[in-house]
Amino acid sequence: MTTNNNRLFGLLVPVISVILGLLVGAIIMIASGHNPIEAYGALWRGAFGDAFTIGETIRRITPLILTGLAIAFAFRTGLFNIGAEGQVIVGWLAAVWVGLAVDAPMIIHLPMAILAGAIAGGLWGFIPGILKAKLGVHEVIVTIMMNYIAMFVSNEIVRSVLTDHKTTTERIADTASLSSAWLQGLTFYSRMHYGILIALFAAVVMWFIIQRTTLGYELKAVGFNKHASKYAGMNVSKSIVLSMVIAGGFAGLAGAMEGLGTYGSVSVISGFTNLGFDGIAVALLGANNPFGVVLAAILFGVLKEGAGEMPTGAGVPTELVDIIIAIIIFFVASSYIIRWALLRFKKEGK
Amino acid sequence: MIDILQSVIPTVLFFSAPLILTALGGVFSERSGVINIGLEGLMVIGAFVGIVFNLTFADSLGAWTPWISIIVASIVGALFSVIHAVASVSLRADQTVSGVAINMLALGLGVYLTKVWYDKGQTDMVTQPFFSTNIPILSEIPVIGPIFFKGIYVTSYIAIILAFVAWYVLYKTAFGLRLRAVGEHPMAADTNGINVYKMRYIAVIISGALGGLGGSIFALTIVSNFSHSTIVGQGFMALAAVIFGKWHPLGAMGAALFFGFAQSLSIVSSGIPVLSDIPQVFLLIAPYLLTILALAGFIGRAEAPRANGVPYIKGSR
Repeated sequence: MTTNNNRLFGLLVPVISVILGLLVGAIIMIASGHNPIEAYGALWRGAFGDAFTIGETIRRITPLILTGLAIAFAFRTGLFNIGAEGQVIVGWLAAVWVGLAVDAPMIIHLPMAILAGAIAGGLWGFIPGILKAKLGVHEVIVTIMMNYIAMFVSNEIVRSVLTDHKTTTERIADTASLSSAWLQGLTFYSRMHYGILIALFAAVVMWFIIQRTTLGYELKAVGFNKHASKYAGMNVSKSIVLSMVIAGGFAGLAGAMEGLGTYGSVSVISGFTNLGFDGIAVALLGANNPFGVVLAAILFGVLKEGAGEMPTGAGVPTELVDIIIAIIIFFVASSYIIRWALLRFKKEGK
Repeated sequence: MIDILQSVIPTVLFFSAPLILTALGGVFSERSGVINIGLEGLMVIGAFVGIVFNLTFADSLGAWTPWISIIVASIVGALFSVIHAVASVSLRADQTVSGVAINMLALGLGVYLTKVWYDKGQTDMVTQPFFSTNIPILSEIPVIGPIFFKGIYVTSYIAIILAFVAWYVLYKTAFGLRLRAVGEHPMAADTNGINVYKMRYIAVIISGALGGLGGSIFALTIVSNFSHSTIVGQGFMALAAVIFGKWHPLGAMGAALFFGFAQSLSIVSSGIPVLSDIPQVFLLIAPYLLTILALAGFIGRAEAPRANGVPYIKGSR
């Protein structure tokens, strides 16, 4: 197969998967007695109906870009970072903690709070990274376990350290807030904040690291072939740890965006935010490419935000979108069948 | 001391049963070489089906309802896991990714249908859940009787018996030997005339049946209704039990009992002098922390089946 063909498949597989996902969604709606055209119309209005919904859609996309990057970056080194969820939680907690505890002018306070989120996420990535590098422990299981540890520990800190047995902290100081009166005014007081700029910048940073630095070259090389990289004199352990730390940093940033931008506080959670798990879908659909991740995050952000309009607009529960996203993941992951069908189709065309 | 045991052991058994069953499912799947992160989703489907069936047929089936509910949930769980089998065995999808998709799909579908059928985010409470019983004769035994056989759920014993059945099947039958061979060295197994794909399909379907059973028992003993927060992390804890139990059915059962113990401690600890001083958070994170330590080799090395997670492509080296 030529490179040209590969690139074509690389583009076709996600597009076909999305179309199939939406089709299956429509079939489910018909089966449960709803009108799919009405529902998708409502979804569109829910995402792009007016300035407010557009603002909220952008807010929704922001952390998805970052968690998508967190998973895509680790994937490039051959690591599966299911722990983005936990890294988001600790990043969120750390950013809000700094936002509450520190008293400083904005120019110091805000970067400090954002950085705290990234560092906390990075630390949460460091643990599975070092265990993988030094002891060969599979990162998937460790990161899943770290997710739960993050959730329970964060809840405990919110309850006993940051508040006096309350479920939500106070609002962070204005000097640590990412929210912007200007952006809010522009979008009829949606919760849109400056985080989107940080998320897009992070995508550029990932592209730069992977494509333009020696570090990125080594990370990719380790992802392709660990043993060959070792023979070539690269430090495989270091690459694995660094990859997980940077990935964790991206996810931590996603948490910081939620803490400093959208909510301005951190709460006790009974279940996961799902930002990390959705990030897996984003990275997969975006083919682990930073710009692909941005596009995929936009798609999923639109689906998730638009879903909010579906119950009132068409009587369809919002969970339909979760089903559609799951189906899209199945099709992308099983791209073997799509490739096979495409090849078959081409041969017959000749 | 006996009083303490009397209050702790029934609770431990109560919390462990769903974990044991689901973990056994995980053992079957992973022993055949298919990673099953989707255990959580299989439990969700089991819980959903168990509750819905129970609500629908409680009037006509009476006292038999919970039993038939868990059987139906188990069958639907088996059917649902076919998706994972097709994706990861036939279509060579990344097994972890497919498992993640199973989890999303199960929760999405469960809550979607709940909203469509009941017009709200959670179902009503079931009228025919499992009730704790005293086992006749055995509960009369002094000391042991009250600890193990009074105020107990029969499902707990079914889980423990099934663990021994699973051990027998995996280690004492030709079928079990083949299943393990497929997970260790699929090519060698194939050369010996074992159908790798068939074995893996069977293993994944068994895991679906057991996951569905575990989920429905969890729902019908512990929560009694279905919503998005019915199963939160139980499946992942079962996965942890698989690893902590070193991919052995009895090991997984032991680990599940231990995790059930840790869970029940966070509930009964206030009555026990030493434990009431430990902050609850440590008990909550204990299962996860111990799993990481086990994997890191601090508590005996946990080694996965050799071919775990590797799709088998016939004819490739």
